[in-house]
Amino acid sequence: MQPQAEMRSPMCPYPFRVLEIAEEMPRCMTMRVAPDDATGDTAFAPGQFYMIYVFGHGEVPISTSGDPAKSGELTFTVMAVGSVTQALCALKQGDVIGLRGPFGRAWPVDLVKGRDVIVMAGGLGLAPLRPSIYHMLSNRNDYADLALLYGTRQPQSIIFRQTLAHWREDAPIDVEVTVDTAGRDWPGKVGVVTELLMGRRPDPSKTSALICGPEIMMRFSAYALMELGIAAENIYVSMERNMKCAVKMCGRCQYGPFFVCADGPVFAFNQVEQLFRIREL
Amino acid sequence: MVEIKNIRTLLAENAFLQGMSDDHLQTMAGCGKLVRFKPGEFLLREGDTADTFYLIRDGDVAIESDVPAAGPLSVARVGAGGITGYSWLFPPHRNGFDSLALTDVSAVALDGECLRGKAEADHELGYQLMKRFAQVMLDRLQATRRQMMDVYSNGKRSDAASG
Ligand SMILES: Cc1cc2nc3c(=O)[nH]c(=O)nc-3n(C[C@H](O)[C@H](O)[C@H](O)COP(=O)(O)OP(=O)(O)OC[C@H]3O[C@@H](n4cnc5c(N)ncnc54)[C@H](O)[C@@H]3O)c2cc1C
Repeated sequence: MQPQAEMRSPMCPYPFRVLEIAEEMPRCMTMRVAPDDATGDTAFAPGQFYMIYVFGHGEVPISTSGDPAKSGELTFTVMAVGSVTQALCALKQGDVIGLRGPFGRAWPVDLVKGRDVIVMAGGLGLAPLRPSIYHMLSNRNDYADLALLYGTRQPQSIIFRQTLAHWREDAPIDVEVTVDTAGRDWPGKVGVVTELLMGRRPDPSKTSALICGPEIMMRFSAYALMELGIAAENIYVSMERNMKCAVKMCGRCQYGPFFVCADGPVFAFNQVEQLFRIREL
Repeated sequence: MVEIKNIRTLLAENAFLQGMSDDHLQTMAGCGKLVRFKPGEFLLREGDTADTFYLIRDGDVAIESDVPAAGPLSVARVGAGGITGYSWLFPPHRNGFDSLALTDVSAVALDGECLRGKAEADHELGYQLMKRFAQVMLDRLQATRRQMMDVYSNGKRSDAASG
């Protein structure tokens, strides 16, 4: 029983204090925050997001990027693109923000149990996927082969370097990173993320995929996986639409018949494949 | 004779030439030799006459170009089973990029002029080769287009972001 947690209103931001904020790359910060009062709950499912309120600036949806098994704190990774995210990235240790959530449909980490899982991330899309990888690694016996295929622009725009190095060296997950262009000192692959699928022979009957990145990257990646025989219903993508209420009331995040805040952000690709083809949607 | 036999076997093992007839592999082997490069050595140089292509057996090769003020920039990497060098196929037969060995590289080098001659004389060999090169070039073209589209950027934003 957590009576205080049950009383929380989804429309009311709760105070959280910044424990630590560090730069991933220019204009992109990862911050750890902890509840600033006794009502604060930090349980979330991988892929869910919070509405983060920066006092005096406004509120934005941001996915959790930390380990869901870690209680008492939350991690977010934010790219400064506009007024609110810029204010978020300028926070200092000890500053207080307001949080509502968690909201949305999570990555189907239970549904893919027993299967091979290919996680494909593009750019900052690795952030909402990282909790799912933490979860699968913590419950490693529940899954067959795990692979993380991560593509980004340049070696300098790789996020979560330490986590990636740790996973690559010590964790039972096959990690491959590719960049669009690189100097000679880059030891990894060069090319778009779909090229990391070349030479792989996933068994379509037992493989699922989780994809997150800009829509164009998710579309190309989903089609590349489908070319390898993986069915659209076994491919999951995470959609982004501007949103206000996050509780399926305001309609800002409507996406075809769906509200991204509550029906998503994670969708099976067969749910949204047709919508991907509609321009300007 | 011994070397031709070995080269033929190596050609048969390469994924790029899967499905080639024995006769054609034998013919191609006559234009091939086994080569090795140390890290930092160039397989191909941008602007040079394109008279060779390589089937990489082992090691990593960077396809790169020198960008003024930025230095050499890799646009692709080729590993075991891959190929580098398409320019020998088409006039004016000039390499478009550098191919640099990043590690110890072992490859089969195929003499473009020799192969062009054999393909002219045996159009079935030419067709089989063109079919394979067309596939590789299509894959590369599509990958290059995606690289140019900057698929890690949301378009509306000024940097690679999604989450
Ligand atoms: C479910 C969900 C999860 C998200 N998770 C993260 C995350 O983990 N990290 C993160 O950095 N961002 C995340 N975002 C995106 C983030 O919410 C937006 O970048 C933010 O709302 C922009 O607000 P702003 O006031 O800073 O910029 P604004 O001034 O509102 O916008 C600045 C520019 O960015 C564009 N923009 C705004 N929102 C988006 C968007 N969602 N997608 C593409 N372009 C956009 C605008 O069109 C404008 O050009 C997520 C969005 C959703 C819907």
